[in-house]
Amino acid sequence: MRLRPLTALLTLLSALIISMASPAGEIRIGLTEALTGPASQYGTPIHNGFILAQEEINAKGGISGNKIVLIEEDERGKKEEAINVYKKLIFQDKVLMIFGPTLSNSMFAAGPVANAAHVVAFGTSNTASGITDIGPYVFRSSPMEADVVPVTLKAAIKHLNIHKVGIIYGNDDAFTKSGYDVFKQALEDQHIPVVDTETYSKGDVDFKAQLTKLKAADPDVIICPCLSEEGSNILLQARALGIKLSFIGGNGFNSPKLVEIAKTAAEGTIVGSPWFDGNPSVQNQHFIAAYRKKFGTDPNQFSAQGYDALFILAEALKKVKLMGNLEQDRQALRDALPDVQIDGATGKFAFRPAPPHNGKPGGYDANQTPFVYIVKNGKFVLLK
Amino acid sequence: MLAQQIVNAISLGSVYALFALGFTLVFGILGVINLSHGGIFMLGAYAALLLISKFFLPFWIAIPVAMIFSGLVGLLIDVLILRRLRQRQASHLMPMIATIGAAILMTSLAQGLFGSEARRFPLEMFNDENLKLGNITIPLLQAGITTLSILLMLLMVWVLKRTRLGQALRAIAESPRAAALLGIPVERLFYLTSFIAAALGGTAGILIGLSFNAISPFMGQPMLHKGIAAIILGGLGDVRGAVLGGLFLGVAEVFAITFLSSEYRDALSFGLLFLMLLWRPQGLFGASATRSA
Repeated sequence: MRLRPLTALLTLLSALIISMASPAGEIRIGLTEALTGPASQYGTPIHNGFILAQEEINAKGGISGNKIVLIEEDERGKKEEAINVYKKLIFQDKVLMIFGPTLSNSMFAAGPVANAAHVVAFGTSNTASGITDIGPYVFRSSPMEADVVPVTLKAAIKHLNIHKVGIIYGNDDAFTKSGYDVFKQALEDQHIPVVDTETYSKGDVDFKAQLTKLKAADPDVIICPCLSEEGSNILLQARALGIKLSFIGGNGFNSPKLVEIAKTAAEGTIVGSPWFDGNPSVQNQHFIAAYRKKFGTDPNQFSAQGYDALFILAEALKKVKLMGNLEQDRQALRDALPDVQIDGATGKFAFRPAPPHNGKPGGYDANQTPFVYIVKNGKFVLLK
Repeated sequence: MLAQQIVNAISLGSVYALFALGFTLVFGILGVINLSHGGIFMLGAYAALLLISKFFLPFWIAIPVAMIFSGLVGLLIDVLILRRLRQRQASHLMPMIATIGAAILMTSLAQGLFGSEARRFPLEMFNDENLKLGNITIPLLQAGITTLSILLMLLMVWVLKRTRLGQALRAIAESPRAAALLGIPVERLFYLTSFIAAALGGTAGILIGLSFNAISPFMGQPMLHKGIAAIILGGLGDVRGAVLGGLFLGVAEVFAITFLSSEYRDALSFGLLFLMLLWRPQGLFGASATRSA
């Protein structure tokens, strides 16, 4: 019994220590990507990009002596999980801001949580329209499909002499549906008629019925705002049915997996991307070499965007004086981010304010010019 | 175009049929809806993939080994889960829930072991040959799947109707207790059924893996939906019904795309399912009062 005051003191002390869990010298940043589940093919490279950037920034002394600590979470590509992880990071881990989630679907679900708590939610792979309508605390470094697609389409029209197109897309997924809407708008703007539109559902593996119908409609090119898994199946089956047309893909086609799986069936496929592995800039070549060395695989667009995003944050933090008051610090970071400009692995990057939505202020979109590729001899090369 | 669509419909339908075959067998004999069938289907495909790409076994050895492996997984599920529930005379709902658990376990296991990317068998193994009849393209592999699922169906029908084993199985389907009284080794035949059904499910997985870039830990779930639809259309527990139900579903889906729009595909095919349940709750082949295997 005599020990009791001591125990009480100890409890008090440990409570104090826990409440100061963010000691000086550490900047706690949430990072949540899909590391398991179907979306992990995008989430894992993004995560790797962040880890590489964190190492490099901390090795050079961090942000004026403070190290960046990433609190890593797996949101499994699921909306519900993204919301849970966001709540944990904001209220329990008390992070300064959050990177991720991987899919647009998840950002639509989790973004509002951060926005309401006045914490920056920063997506590096969300390309659907409307993400930054969530509110002024939502940022993304991934150019919208709406920015990439018209550029892709223009380049493709010039290259292939296109007068009419067919479309196939998944209509039960926010990402592919939004890709479709963007293509439709861009086609209208450039006065290209659509001769046939076909849809499929998540989990489908047989697309021959839709492709047979597309073939009969006789388009000049087939537009496929699909993910790479379905995309490679579609390409393979199209070739089996004797369709020799070129395909134009959305952001989902930006994956080396497409060529790896579809092989020769992918020849002539055209995609737009914010990153080009052949970009000779010092930053990009350094990034590619460092990534290969650390992870033993080639980086892709998603890892480059993750890598750049942490440098965008680092640039913003240089202008922020952290006071140790979480609410004020979160706000100060939010106010510093929009003016950041960097020249990273993906090239020149700046933010662009999203137009107000229903009278409410929006967040910040990426302001970047995309590259347009075509698959030639099994490789993505710049379309000139 | 119509001729090509008919070919497409049959090739899609026979994939469903092959999956539904094992699924319906377990229901017919054990009286259990085994929702881990999708998981077994997926593990079968991975087993074959592993044997071919990691152990470099030739195709004709890898496939039977993978079939036996899937059969053993099914047997394991029976021994570990279904047998215990049988002993407790659990209601119909319990094996369903328990096998959902088994399916989740298998999916997560596959994800941990193989990652979540979709894979396919090394393409170079087959020179993706297609049969050309005028304007119609018939992928040879799929012609093989169609033939195989019809052959397997005929074999199962023959075994069930013409052999002593089939007689015993049908007796069990009628009443396990009466069959036991007649001296039929009921428990052993339950194991055998689970084994065969799972081997069939695994085979379906392998064949789909061969024709599409579709081997992923999640490949079982959508197939399970279609499989349930196929066996309800055909009549629960009926082997002929499973195959015809599968083919029917394939035809309904492809024709919905051809004549309506792909937007309405699932609405039409599952709408048909709904109508079927209203009109003939026992399905195309199910006899209303008696259970058939």
